[in-house]
Amino acid sequence: MNDLANTDYLECLLKSWPIKPTESLSWLNQLRTQAIDRVGTQKLPTRRDEEWRFTDISPLSRLPYQPSQPECNLQAHNIEHLTLKEAKHRLVFVDGHYSPNLSTIIDPAALVIGNLPAFVATHASVLESHLGQYVQFDNNLFAALNTAFLRDGALIIVPKNITIAEPIHLLFIATQNEVTSYPRCLLIGEAGSNVTLIEDYVALQQATYITNSVTEISLAANAHAKHIRIQRESTQAFHLANCAVSLAHASNYQSTSISLGSQISRYNLNVRLTDEAAECVIDGLTLISERQLADTHTCINHAKPNGTSRQQHKCIVDDAAHAVFNGKIIVRPHAQQTNSSQSSRNLLLSKTAQVDTKPQLEIFADDVKCAHGATVGQLDQEEIFYLESRGLSAKAARNLLTYAFGAEIISRIPVTSLRQQLEQAVLSQTQSN
Amino acid sequence: MIDKNSRAILSVQGLRASINGTEILKGIDLTVKSGEIHAIMGLNGSGKSTFAKVLAGHSAYEITGGSVQFEGNNLLELPPEERARSGLFLAFQYPIEIPGVANTQFLRLAYNTVQTKRGKEELDPLEFDDFVREKMKLLEMNPDFLDRSVNEGFSGGEKKRNEILQMALLEPTLSILDETDSGLDIDALKTVASGVNQIANKNNAMILVTHYQRLLDYIVPDFVHVMQAGRIVMTGGKELALELETRGYDWVNANKSVTGVIA
Repeated sequence: MNDLANTDYLECLLKSWPIKPTESLSWLNQLRTQAIDRVGTQKLPTRRDEEWRFTDISPLSRLPYQPSQPECNLQAHNIEHLTLKEAKHRLVFVDGHYSPNLSTIIDPAALVIGNLPAFVATHASVLESHLGQYVQFDNNLFAALNTAFLRDGALIIVPKNITIAEPIHLLFIATQNEVTSYPRCLLIGEAGSNVTLIEDYVALQQATYITNSVTEISLAANAHAKHIRIQRESTQAFHLANCAVSLAHASNYQSTSISLGSQISRYNLNVRLTDEAAECVIDGLTLISERQLADTHTCINHAKPNGTSRQQHKCIVDDAAHAVFNGKIIVRPHAQQTNSSQSSRNLLLSKTAQVDTKPQLEIFADDVKCAHGATVGQLDQEEIFYLESRGLSAKAARNLLTYAFGAEIISRIPVTSLRQQLEQAVLSQTQSN
Repeated sequence: MIDKNSRAILSVQGLRASINGTEILKGIDLTVKSGEIHAIMGLNGSGKSTFAKVLAGHSAYEITGGSVQFEGNNLLELPPEERARSGLFLAFQYPIEIPGVANTQFLRLAYNTVQTKRGKEELDPLEFDDFVREKMKLLEMNPDFLDRSVNEGFSGGEKKRNEILQMALLEPTLSILDETDSGLDIDALKTVASGVNQIANKNNAMILVTHYQRLLDYIVPDFVHVMQAGRIVMTGGKELALELETRGYDWVNANKSVTGVIA
């Protein structure tokens, strides 16, 4: 791709940006303007960029999809199968636009929850100090684009020492063809708070579109958050996502991300342990087939002592699909007594399936424990024989073992109905006849 | 028990098998009739575990000679799952862990697969739950093991109990217990043996593959076979196990050529 085409692509995207500066929103417009400036100085990444070595996103340059317009004709019954009975709070975004009719907010006094624009005036200072502060867009084209188009988004602020028992479901539904949507989430967990957030990307039918999302999570001292992320977009879609998490003293972040959909997907997760004794658990499962490409880049940045991180990432790759996992762990010079482990396990179900897995440890402290390991392989013959010796056919044995490989990650999702939905999805994708 | 009117369940003649071109089994002859318990003893590397795996149909071994009749059928023609469905069971020396699959799910799948083959009704999860809990009592197993992943994090003894639980559920005609006693403390050994003894009846048969005589204090065999270098070199009654225990396997070497079969 030449630079001219690249510039055209970006200009084409940006010309639809509606600039309506108002006094009260000046900081927000400033943020957007900075983002637009940054878009102008960047190019669509190519495989020559180290961060994109394994993932060719050049097909995107041929798809200068305009931002979606709000045209939601969905009724509650259209999305019934996507709702989770455990989730009392549900924010629904259709093609990136907030849909109050489909959303449910119970007991809004307990926390701040809703669509971002509704809080821009009332919560200006807190938003200003968090929004756009964790996902850096200086060197990240997609984050810059998302920020340039920033409008609707999910905002959740869990007040100090409050535990929200029921999970919060953020449902991002794609309905339009050949558009780009820019979902945005901001979760602020105040000191000692506790919350479970489900970020769920779905399509109602097969369509070609682009989702470019940014999620920011900030946990204050002793705050806990469970973050479940489900990417089940159309298998013709493009999904580009950035998530950044900032962890304060003794806070605890647990993430389970499942990638099932999209023709090409890329998920960047950056977790920064900014103060002592923070903990994070990061689990991931990629399950893809045909010609799908799913790329997960994570970075766990231990900046202060006594931090703990545990990461397990699994990929099940069938047909000619291609999974990428790049797991960077940084232990800064002062982050002594860091305890970190990382495991990348990959299951190839066909001869043409491909996995690139790259653990990347950058350790600058001397008193730390860091374990990591990566495996790529087929199903174990001894395991298959064990099941066959109990009467299961070779095919049933393979199916069960493949299912089990993925189910290990899914079983960690603390929301029963979602777990069941995903187990069903894994079953239908891994059970050959 | 030995009963001269009982039918032959397994008939092995001149069985030879190799792995990666190396011959491990060098002509095995063995007949097992209903109601009988056979012990196969031998040193490590004598081929006794290979014999167990070959009977169960492990694909790593190539059959290079001989025949095996099981319940009147040519066993060697059947894929492993068909052997299991027609009533052959191998309790593994090292049971496989399967993270992500609940034990109860696995047990029910195996049970229903075999039941279907026998033309019997499958059990739904609730019916199966009652059924399996009864069987677990036999082995003094904690029902918590139903909800855990198959063998994952089980101790050696718990894994072996789980094997015998599967045997109790599947009600095989022929059970082959490969080193079931290894890694068991004496209490676990007694529990497992008592479970096996309750499963044994005049219509089924068992082959106990073991290194030591210890297991045979609790499961009394009708026949003891000594295996060496891929052949059965000596056969006797239960007293042969005691003889081996006191005299050691060297004694076999000195006597096999003279006595051949002492039955």
